Amino acid sequence: MLDLNQRVVLDRAGFAALLQALADDGHALVGPTVGDGAIVLDAIAGIDDLPRGVGDDQAPGHYRLRDRGDAALFGYAVSPHAWKRELLPPRVPLVQIRRSATGLAIEAAPAPTRKVAFIGVRGCELAAIAIQDRVLATGAHPDADYAARRAQSFILAVHCGSPAGTCFCVSMETGPRARGAFDLAATELLDGEHRFVIEIGSDAGRAILARVASRTATTDDVTAATAVTDHAATQMGRAMPTAGLRDLLMANLEHPRWQHVADRCLGCANCTMSCPTCFCTSVEDTTDLSGDVATRTRRWDSCFTADFAYVHGGSARPSLRARYRQWMTHKLATWHDQFDSSGCVGCGRCITWCPVGIDLTEEVAAIRAAPAPRSHADG
Amino acid sequence: MATSLPVAANAYALEPMTIARASRDLDDVFTFEFDVPGGFAFRPGQFNMLYVHGVGEVPISISGDPATPQRLVHTIRAVGTVTRVMDKLKAGDVLGVRGPYGAAWPLDELRGKDVLVMTGGLGLAPLRPAILHLLAHRGDYGRITILYGARSPADILYRDELARWRGRFDCRVEAIVDRAGRDWYGPIGVVTRLLDGLPLDPDDGVLLCGPEIMMRFAVRALDERGVPRTNIWVSLERSMKCGVGLCGHCQLGGSFVCKDGPVYRFDRIAPALQVREL
Repeated sequence: MLDLNQRVVLDRAGFAALLQALADDGHALVGPTVGDGAIVLDAIAGIDDLPRGVGDDQAPGHYRLRDRGDAALFGYAVSPHAWKRELLPPRVPLVQIRRSATGLAIEAAPAPTRKVAFIGVRGCELAAIAIQDRVLATGAHPDADYAARRAQSFILAVHCGSPAGTCFCVSMETGPRARGAFDLAATELLDGEHRFVIEIGSDAGRAILARVASRTATTDDVTAATAVTDHAATQMGRAMPTAGLRDLLMANLEHPRWQHVADRCLGCANCTMSCPTCFCTSVEDTTDLSGDVATRTRRWDSCFTADFAYVHGGSARPSLRARYRQWMTHKLATWHDQFDSSGCVGCGRCITWCPVGIDLTEEVAAIRAAPAPRSHADG
Repeated sequence: MATSLPVAANAYALEPMTIARASRDLDDVFTFEFDVPGGFAFRPGQFNMLYVHGVGEVPISISGDPATPQRLVHTIRAVGTVTRVMDKLKAGDVLGVRGPYGAAWPLDELRGKDVLVMTGGLGLAPLRPAILHLLAHRGDYGRITILYGARSPADILYRDELARWRGRFDCRVEAIVDRAGRDWYGPIGVVTRLLDGLPLDPDDGVLLCGPEIMMRFAVRALDERGVPRTNIWVSLERSMKCGVGLCGHCQLGGSFVCKDGPVYRFDRIAPALQVREL
């Protein structure tokens, strides 16, 4: 019987067997795969669908895949896709309402019953999932669909060995080593034999791992695994000092930098779509041709759209300046007030996928460099 | 990792309710009443999400009497896509209802104190349950004053009821309008004008609801009269899609107006209201 604190080693065939064991256990496998010139999170059949020797170059407004010239299966930083695609899907039917002569018949959408194994979750992403758990599943009115998906998820984390130019998980204390609630966590080792050092995080993880042939990790294996993430921690492309960040931003709600960034921002919402913690949604109605059956669908929304804060008479935030400020101050400041943590995990997606390369670490630094003399928020 | 997250009920599931009575209050304002034999318990100041089949859902404050929960009452202004369709509905039509949501007026906290209700336009609708409670528990409170501002005499909401309250000898009701013809005998101006000469004590509790600009000026006037902001409560309006803190639309600074509000003690929300477009 494997011990929770035990570390074991799987070779490539063993890792393939682990994925197969998860599939045999009734999990749909979702993991990284190459598609559309990017590493996307999609259904995978097994190890052959994982990217092989593919890395990613990321910079503000820039993303390219590159050939690493090795056999790495997890040799990239992060996908443009976040795991919220699985847990808080872009569109989810909530409730169907049928109109008849006798009134309205309400039928809540059935709870999802799909066991999904998340393959290759990074430390930053694990932190993002924990944040969304707090936002969506622990309040007085939890999101039923999210909670059901979450309860059926199996997480195979893979510690990050290849941060990108837009990464700053070290600043946000979320990586590169995944901590928190994983079932299994792997470190991919490429020196010498291609192998994975596996940590066990839960009984479910232990049970799956027990089904595949493994060997006990040696001190050398564990040292090598630690070295991977230790090295990764030195490869951060960005940094964002967080000391006093909440108060800094709340004291600078009228800082001229907001207009500066608004002049560049397109209001396209890419940052919010790619962000692994952004949770804002809207609900819309669609009716069938008869007009009798209406389906209420929850879909992703973004605080960058013009109608996001619309009340009769107009939007509460007509300017892009206000919308960008809302996004960034929510992420980095008011999130603390609401959920006792930052809303940012340092994954860098919002920087990479901003078409004009707006970099929130740079925006924060600009405000930090020249804070307003006094707080308007206190007035 | 599979977590021990609670199995949750669908927060968006709604209850079909048949409009029992529909009445017109003003040109663009109407009231729906629903009979709820089992009772629809709520606290004054709370709101429901009301759904029109195939059109959409809107947050509407509850305007009924908290002492008669068997009758759910909503007063609605036709201003948007959903409420304009509602405007065409009649008794017998069915809406989807879910709620009640949000924070309430601090009626327990105000016991023993003088209470000033200050409201403008449709702001009287979310305050009606609070007023009915105050008057029904008259002995629990000190002096009760209701100041109401409307655009014109024809725009006075709940006119009959205001007149009835005004006829009581145990509360004071004053109304003011922005403009009027010769048949108006009351004062003309903004609602803050009604504070002139009104006895006010710093210890009084003030319940405030109306257009945001009206509430700003009212707070300013109350500042001048020495009423601390810790004794003023306001009800705010923001975009809401879920009503329960999941969708993010209603955020005002660090606050979710749907669950932390819509009723706030003013000192707690004032910093956020002072930042333009927050």
